Amino acid sequence: MRDVVDAIDTWQQRGERVAIATVVRTLGSSPRGVGAKMVVSDAGNMAGSVSGGCIEGAVFTACQQAIRTGQATLMHFGVPDESAWEVGLACGGTIDVFIEPLGISE
Amino acid sequence: MKKTIYTRLRDVIAREQPVALATVVAGDDIGAQVLIQPDQPLVSMLTDTALVAQVQQDALAMLLRGDQGIQTYGARQIFIETYPPPATIIMVGAVHIAVALTTFAKPLGFRTIVVDARGAFATSERFGHADELVHAWPDEALQGRLHSNTAVVVLTHDPKLDDPALLVALPSAARYVGALGSTKTQAARVIRLREAGLTDDQLARLHAPIGLPIGGRTPEEIGLSIMAQIVAVRNGKSL
Repeated sequence: MRDVVDAIDTWQQRGERVAIATVVRTLGSSPRGVGAKMVVSDAGNMAGSVSGGCIEGAVFTACQQAIRTGQATLMHFGVPDESAWEVGLACGGTIDVFIEPLGISE
Repeated sequence: MKKTIYTRLRDVIAREQPVALATVVAGDDIGAQVLIQPDQPLVSMLTDTALVAQVQQDALAMLLRGDQGIQTYGARQIFIETYPPPATIIMVGAVHIAVALTTFAKPLGFRTIVVDARGAFATSERFGHADELVHAWPDEALQGRLHSNTAVVVLTHDPKLDDPALLVALPSAARYVGALGSTKTQAARVIRLREAGLTDDQLARLHAPIGLPIGGRTPEEIGLSIMAQIVAVRNGKSL
């Protein structure tokens, strides 16, 4: 969280809406550990990371959707998973990423 | 994440206070969160008080260990992330070795706290480079400050001050506990501490005589040997 706080505050001050993606579980080798965060704004800004770059595209899209719908979701990326085959995990591990919109009022 | 929870988490982290955030990532109430701080009222979006109490207990234990991860509670999976305070060296005894150790600690990424009830020793003139100077008895000063990334270095040479510090530090979550003194001093100390109720496992945690054996003689050399030992323990090496 420490590494994405400045980005969140800057974007929110500009009136952008934000979603937060967090690595909540890893199996096998993975470049970012549990707790790693990536944040995305509806203006298309992005900070932090949840992998070595292999799933950031899919996470970015899911964050945009979370901002639109207001819904949190748990995403699974890994070799046995079909969607992961598409986005690919070079390291061969599996990663679960939790995606949540950041509230603006309360 | 609710704005109120985000703001509180951000501010507590900025103040370098310990905090844990529990988030329901699967099952009912997905996205609901509980913010947990030691000795502070919690902020909870979950209403099941038995569940919240269990999550709070688990989160505080994980915070002490520096762990994080998913826990299962019935049909819910809850991700607990923890933000322990930064790596810190607490020196008990504002002696010359502590002056040197404080100097070495900063560039290696440790905060420094120097504890001594004796005002003449713990002066800001000698310890202007320490992050915190605490004028208190060691056992009082250590309460609530010992976490999985805390190192405690006991340097007073006086059993009346050293022993109470060790009686608090050795049973705690502190990653490193070391005490100054010769092998003979250490043997006498172990007998006293065992009589005071410490277990063999707790006593085995004590690094004494303190520091790596680099033949240190000056306070600076001894400070360096202690610093190196703390770094080794942080890196998971037993030397």
